[in-house]
Amino acid sequence: MTKGIMETKINDNIHTEEFFVNLGPQHPSTHGVLYLEAKLDGEIIVDCATHIGYLHRSMEKIAENRTYTQFIPFTDRLDYVASMNNNLAYVMAVEKLMKTEITERAKYIRVIIAELNRVASHLVGIGTFVQDLGAFATPLFYAFREREKIVEIFDEVCGNRLTYNYMRAGGVQFDLPAGIDAKIKEFVGYMRTRTDELEGLFTKNVIFLARTKGIGVLPKDMAINYSVTGPNLRGSGVKWDLRKDEPYLVYDKFNFDVPTGDNGDAWDRYKVRIEEIRQSLRIIEQAIGGIPEGDPTVKVGRILRPEAGEAYFRAENPRGELGFYIVSDGSPYPCRLKIRGPSFSNLAVLTPLVKGVKVADLICILGSLDIVMGEIDR
Amino acid sequence: MISVLTFIIMIIVGATVLGFIAVSAMFLIWWERKVSAHIQTRYGPMRVGWHGVLQSVADVVKLLLKEDIMPAGVDKWIWWFAPFFAVVPSVMVFVCVPFGNIFGITLIPADLNIGILYILAITSVCILGIFMAGWGSNNKYSLLGAMRSAAQMISYEIPLILSIITVVMFAGSLSMQKIVEAQSKLWFIFQPNLAIAFLIYLISALAETNRVPFDIPEAESELVAGFHTEYSGMKFAMFFLGEYTNLFIVSAIAATLFLGGWQGPFLPPVVWFLIKTYGIITLMMWFRWTFARVRVDQLMGFSWKVLTPISFANLAVAGWALLK
Repeated sequence: MTKGIMETKINDNIHTEEFFVNLGPQHPSTHGVLYLEAKLDGEIIVDCATHIGYLHRSMEKIAENRTYTQFIPFTDRLDYVASMNNNLAYVMAVEKLMKTEITERAKYIRVIIAELNRVASHLVGIGTFVQDLGAFATPLFYAFREREKIVEIFDEVCGNRLTYNYMRAGGVQFDLPAGIDAKIKEFVGYMRTRTDELEGLFTKNVIFLARTKGIGVLPKDMAINYSVTGPNLRGSGVKWDLRKDEPYLVYDKFNFDVPTGDNGDAWDRYKVRIEEIRQSLRIIEQAIGGIPEGDPTVKVGRILRPEAGEAYFRAENPRGELGFYIVSDGSPYPCRLKIRGPSFSNLAVLTPLVKGVKVADLICILGSLDIVMGEIDR
Repeated sequence: MISVLTFIIMIIVGATVLGFIAVSAMFLIWWERKVSAHIQTRYGPMRVGWHGVLQSVADVVKLLLKEDIMPAGVDKWIWWFAPFFAVVPSVMVFVCVPFGNIFGITLIPADLNIGILYILAITSVCILGIFMAGWGSNNKYSLLGAMRSAAQMISYEIPLILSIITVVMFAGSLSMQKIVEAQSKLWFIFQPNLAIAFLIYLISALAETNRVPFDIPEAESELVAGFHTEYSGMKFAMFFLGEYTNLFIVSAIAATLFLGGWQGPFLPPVVWFLIKTYGIITLMMWFRWTFARVRVDQLMGFSWKVLTPISFANLAVAGWALLK
């Protein structure tokens, strides 16, 4: 089509320019201290740079000056929404380094606790995501009401509510308290109905669909190239879950499905999280039914001195694969410890996804990626 | 010439209306906090007075005592006058709101024969305040919020006015009192054409008051606080007052145009009017705390591609029905 006279005139006479908007580091929906430097053309995002490092605590260097056990509480502060899973991945790496075999009961306890924390983490993820879409606070309060029950269970198990410091190389800090299995069973039933309720609020809501369907489409190959993991990868239709594909602990004993999305848009990522809550509940139910009796810990000595060598262990965390690479020189302190945080890779995909979308969609995409800054900056 | 008596009556009426607006806005803020709290499984304000009824009074005192911060680089005049432009029109609209009658005295400050037209004209000015605030603040978030509000204004006003025209056609008058009287037999909402008009009006009114799902100019999770990001103290309170007064106005208009205004059995008219108005307000609050927010282009698209054609079709059908 040829240019109309009016169009030419408008383009020639009106001078428009792109401008920068700094989203963060203090902003209501950047999930912590993330700083997005967005170049806008009106409402359209031309370019977006992510600046990280506001929460850097040099965890990896600290690890070199702590004994293996002393570093466990630091892992709590990585992905602080899923502390138990961080604990788990770290102690599993240490155990792999020391070639320690833990008891069957400890494995079951770890699975139950890790899956409970996955549910809690996904609740926070979904709640904040929907809040970012403008459903102010209500879904978040609902999600936190459910999460509270999990936190109470953890409180009974280990005495803490956010940073648990519960897993130990060789087992867990304490055995499960008496009567907790009844509580967990009750929670599973309760959470099933609440998941339906949460879904009823949003999954088929017209506004929610309009805001999330087809927004932030992450193609399969792009997700793999950026090494996106967790629900974000599965939302793009890649059936990759370490609990299935590289089973650790006793995950191979349980029946559960790996939910995947079709289009890789924000809605799929949301839906995968919802389904994962259901699958986690299934795992918890099976694990609590089959948990063996006995002592959950094996003796590993007060100060761990793994032989010189190296080990890498990765676990399926709520946000993706969390990996710990530990090099030991035989001393009580790790020679080098490298953390592979899933949110870091998941955030990297933001810049290509948001080019050409509107400001509102930037917030939607960022929320759907469900990042935690503690893990990105370490 | 205005006699002294008329003048005194005018002063009394004005003072009453202003007093009502202030009390109503404070009540609405408390009510909103309570409604939202109970939707979100919380209690809301509980400390100041019975179930926190005096919380708004405490907040007003706090806002009055706050330092009035003027950021560097603001466009001084525009920045200063913006809050007034947000409040004054919504107060002016009360001239034509029929509250009913008590002891034979009609409670309407002035029953203009162009009542509803006057209301529409005046409420459009509110947007100016928002735009001035966004432009004058020298803040990109504010400017984005203001730009969005300008876009929103264009897209929602047309279906809003068209839905009101449908009512005017049925009532045969622009006067608010006449419109109420025209509903003495049957409320307008029970007529098919006007029921559609009511839905269109309700959706547009949500947009007019910048409430979820159309709270795009404020968009907390995107634009921090939108156009009033840079305002504090009493200026911020003015925007708040304007917002809640507007909320009352659009609900009062909805009650008057579609729900029979102050008419109803047994209870006094004023009570009926307030029940209907606050009922609609509560409905809007329910929306606010349940729905997500639409995107600015979706709001525009919905308004131009869906609401406006439906309004026109509705208007045409209504005209045909009246002529028949």
